[in-house]
Amino acid sequence: MSMTDEAPRVIDRMAATAGEASPEQAMPAPAAERDVVFQSRDVNVYYGSFRAVRDVTFTVPKNEIMALIGPSGCGKSTVLRCYNRMNDLIKDARVTGAITYRGTDLYDERVDPVEVRRRIGMVFQKPNPFPKSIFDNVAYGPRVAGRKKDLDDIVENSLRKAALWDEVSDRLKDSALGLSGGQQQRLCIARAIAVGPDVLLMDEPCSALDPIATARIEDLMQEIKQDYTIMIVTHNMQQAARVSDTTAFFTADVRSENDTRTGILVEVDTTQKIFSNPSDERTENYVTGRFG
Amino acid sequence: MHSEPVTVDQLQIAPARRHREVIIRYSLVVTALVSVLVSTLIVWSLLREAWTFITGVVWADTWGQQGWFPRRGLYDLPTIIVPSLIITGVAMVVAGPLGLGAAVYLSEYANPRVRSWLKPALEILAGIPSVVLGFFALTWIAPNIVGRIGKETFLVVGAALLLGYAAVSAGIARAKIRQYREGAIDPSARIGAVASIAVLVVVFALAAAWTLNVWLDFAPNNAGSLAAAGIGVGILVIPLVASISEDAMAAVPDSLREASAGLGARKMSTATAVVLPAAISGIVAAFIVAVSRAIGETMVVFMAAGAADAARFTDSPFEGGLTMTAAMASLASGTDSVVGEGLTFQSLYFVGLMLFLITLSLNIIASRFVSKVREAY
Repeated sequence: MSMTDEAPRVIDRMAATAGEASPEQAMPAPAAERDVVFQSRDVNVYYGSFRAVRDVTFTVPKNEIMALIGPSGCGKSTVLRCYNRMNDLIKDARVTGAITYRGTDLYDERVDPVEVRRRIGMVFQKPNPFPKSIFDNVAYGPRVAGRKKDLDDIVENSLRKAALWDEVSDRLKDSALGLSGGQQQRLCIARAIAVGPDVLLMDEPCSALDPIATARIEDLMQEIKQDYTIMIVTHNMQQAARVSDTTAFFTADVRSENDTRTGILVEVDTTQKIFSNPSDERTENYVTGRFG
Repeated sequence: MHSEPVTVDQLQIAPARRHREVIIRYSLVVTALVSVLVSTLIVWSLLREAWTFITGVVWADTWGQQGWFPRRGLYDLPTIIVPSLIITGVAMVVAGPLGLGAAVYLSEYANPRVRSWLKPALEILAGIPSVVLGFFALTWIAPNIVGRIGKETFLVVGAALLLGYAAVSAGIARAKIRQYREGAIDPSARIGAVASIAVLVVVFALAAAWTLNVWLDFAPNNAGSLAAAGIGVGILVIPLVASISEDAMAAVPDSLREASAGLGARKMSTATAVVLPAAISGIVAAFIVAVSRAIGETMVVFMAAGAADAARFTDSPFEGGLTMTAAMASLASGTDSVVGEGLTFQSLYFVGLMLFLITLSLNIIASRFVSKVREAY
């Protein structure tokens, strides 16, 4: 599926939220609601009294790949980790504003972050398989969710989806640490898929991999996006251009007087538009390599 | 730009410096050798004196006698070995769950502010002199805790421990049987698998018989007893278990905790399914150190276990008994110490050798166990 086919539909949906949209404009249109997975509004993230991210508002469409790009320290990983409440694990981290997931506020006090993470899986920057067998790595999520039956099938299906089955089917009992870096990262994707999530958050999943392994992960993302909504943080602009349907560009607002950097969202649009004809000058400077 | 040739002289080490390096090197070698030499000499003297005992003693006097009466030539070994094992067992029943629980709390749950005072506080417990703990065990634990344990309490605790052990062994046995059916155990290892299941069953039978026996002969005791000393030793080794386990768990990289949380695991699942297996070698090390310390502990058991230099055989934790260490200490101390009195004196070395062999084999078993189950990260 090429990006141009998607473009008109996406632009329609994104028009309301791109750039510095006001809150009422940012509300998704009712007709489009079934297609929206996430809607964030005025999200701020604080570490203690330090504001790391300011007033982020955008929507994430279903069954698409959304890339978050921007220079180092612009808060894109921090934003990503708001979507499955991983920031809860960091002491003193605090999130304000609202993120709704299919219409429900993820930060409602009745919401259990563990349930959120079972629906919204995560793949990390550095492959982090458990020091267990390949099988036990993939079966881990279902097991902690209390599942004991059909683990063989779940493991096989997840590994097949992650395009790893053919390489490991004869050594499922071997340690996952014996796999190559690229295989480990695909194992981490299989492990996330095994929980049966709806969304996958990927935090620079290819930054520790060589180009061939990277290409395999990118192909994989294209294959699985019909089943999942994917948000990917990447440093690699070519990667964002290759894999994503929509792109959000972040930058750091540096205050030299007190030496703080706060991440801000510059613009969200179709990937094609961001890379060919962005609305904001800062985006253009970044994607053309003039800074960042 | 200069490009003068560099001579060897310019790149040479200064002679004075070279001498200093040699001196430093050899002094370090000497320090290493001294510690090895001291240990070797200790083991040698232990072996030599113990050998005199082994060759001189009437072996019929070391097994099945009424008790340990070294001055009368009765060296019944079970009389001092069984109390040592009971005290170590009681100590680990106290220190294992408390120490491990404290470690899990400190490493996985406590926020940094709580941790910053709780861990040092726990380590202060390790600084309490054992003579103080011995006194505490005798004057407070014996009447207030052991004295109040009723027949029913003992049965409930005993049954719970037995059930826990049975559940774990059943799990191990089932896994082995499944591997066997799937053909995952190669023929040469089959005898080992069968033997290990047999050992688990025999240990269970012995423990159950012992529990029943103690329960039938139950008699409350307010004075010094093996249980009182065992609880005292347990308190003594809690900081060891907690501190070493916590170090091992804190060394597990946070990326594994994040991975686990990201897969929808709760804190307890992350702790038991990811952190504990990854830290198992450190945790087993903590338990081995604690067991070695407990079995070698002298002052607490000397004061609180309720026996002086001789004792009749007992296998009840609610009676007074004599441990290997207390037997040695009482023979070697006081105005009537037996230095130079033939076999009575040599028995001291023989008991010391047994203690040494017990801790040595514990270390060997533990390192084999660890290399099998370790999840290296």
